[in-house]
Amino acid sequence: MPYKIVGDGIPQSLTGAPGDAARGRALVLARTTTCILCHSGPFPETRFQGDLAPDLSGAGNRWSVSQLRLRLVDAARFNPETIMPSYYRNDGLVRVGRNFAGKPILSAAEIEDIVASLATLRD
Amino acid sequence: MIFWRAIAAAMLLVTGPALLAGEIPPDARRSGYSFMGPDTRAMQDDDTSNPGMLFVLDGEALWGKKMGDAGKACADCHGDAATSMKGVAARYPAFDKALARPVTLDQRINLCRANHQQVTPLPYESRDLLALSAYVAHQSRGVAITAGDDPQLKPFVDQGRDLFMQREGQLNLACTNCHDDNFDKRLAGAPITQAQPTGYPLYRLEWQTLGSIERRLRSCMSGVRAQAYDYGSPELVALELYLMSRARGLPMETPAVRP
Ligand code: HEC
Ligand code: HEC
Repeated sequence: MPYKIVGDGIPQSLTGAPGDAARGRALVLARTTTCILCHSGPFPETRFQGDLAPDLSGAGNRWSVSQLRLRLVDAARFNPETIMPSYYRNDGLVRVGRNFAGKPILSAAEIEDIVASLATLRD
Repeated sequence: MIFWRAIAAAMLLVTGPALLAGEIPPDARRSGYSFMGPDTRAMQDDDTSNPGMLFVLDGEALWGKKMGDAGKACADCHGDAATSMKGVAARYPAFDKALARPVTLDQRINLCRANHQQVTPLPYESRDLLALSAYVAHQSRGVAITAGDDPQLKPFVDQGRDLFMQREGQLNLACTNCHDDNFDKRLAGAPITQAQPTGYPLYRLEWQTLGSIERRLRSCMSGVRAQAYDYGSPELVALELYLMSRARGLPMETPAVRP
């Protein structure tokens, strides 16, 4: 799962293809993806949202696609103390549960879909 | 919670190494009760509506029941629990000299069964073990927690603290990230508490039954997609001990109710 960081982002799609924003929105709202545990956002259909993290409204204004991609792949690069998980990391973790060991939280395609969806969140 | 960190750091200078940076100072410690809505509080407060009291009553019956080759009941050695067991749970996990390590109340109950009643141990989370420990801990309702004061426990408290601070699991989160740094915030709508161990064993509405603190710790570990430690493992005992020492001064609530 190699990727190339340029500046403060990852300019190239992890899959080589653009993501699907509609699928990405559904993923952001799925509890198993975990975003909505911490974040809230412009998602009126979802009642239970978190407030441990910034509201995702306007994320597409604040960040480029390249920056959003690196944020999802490895948020710790922006802030080593962050509680936001590194969604594309699969090593160097402690006591990972048997069903999750050796796997990143999200696949490359899921990350691309979410990035495409975040890019549409404009104020 | 930069604010708390500042206070904790200031206290560190004044009172010495009792409180590490990021830890919750004594006057800011709050039971999970204070994070609940009025309905759940009312359920805990009224013994006739608190479902945990059914387990306490079962425990009272078991307390007086003769069993095993020795034909002895708990009451034969300990008498009236209202006096002999008052304050005991507020001191557990406690250091056991023979084993040279801390034991939990559940483990103490099973040690009494093995050594004094000659009966087989009760499995973790079995109804009888929960009932007995609820009955014993209920005798400490309102008593301030002092567990961890015994200096022999220090290395085990430290081990528990290290585990609490350790990031783990696929989500790479530590207990402290939620329970020291983010209590009062909401995780997908559910309030994050300070992880105070004051109410165990307690009735959790989500479980629809009574459960031990070890069950609760294991579910937080599964939540961050970590491999949960086994029931009775030294790690869970150390975590429970650390949480109890971290709750010093808070009153016991057993049997509490939680969402
Ligand atoms: C355990 C908590 C947590 C989870 C889960 C989480 N995040 Fe975050 N996220 C944060 C925090 C905290 C920040 C603030 C910056 C920092 O600490 O890195 C953040 C920042 C962000 C930002 C930048 C926000 C801005 O505009 O300033 C985006 C975008 C983002 N997260 C998207 C996501 C997505 C998408 C997911 C799920 C795939 C996710 N996050 C899951 C905690 C989380
Ligand atoms: C991602 C956030 C998060 C992490 C990490 C986490 N917890 Fe929790 N914990 C919660 C939430 C939310 C609750 C309350 C849930 C409820 O009662 O519905 C809770 C409840 C608890 C309680 C029950 C408190 C009570 O009032 O009965 C204890 C004890 C606890 N956690 C300990 C731990 C320990 C120990 C760890 C680390 C091994 C840990 N938690 C990791 C979110 C977390």
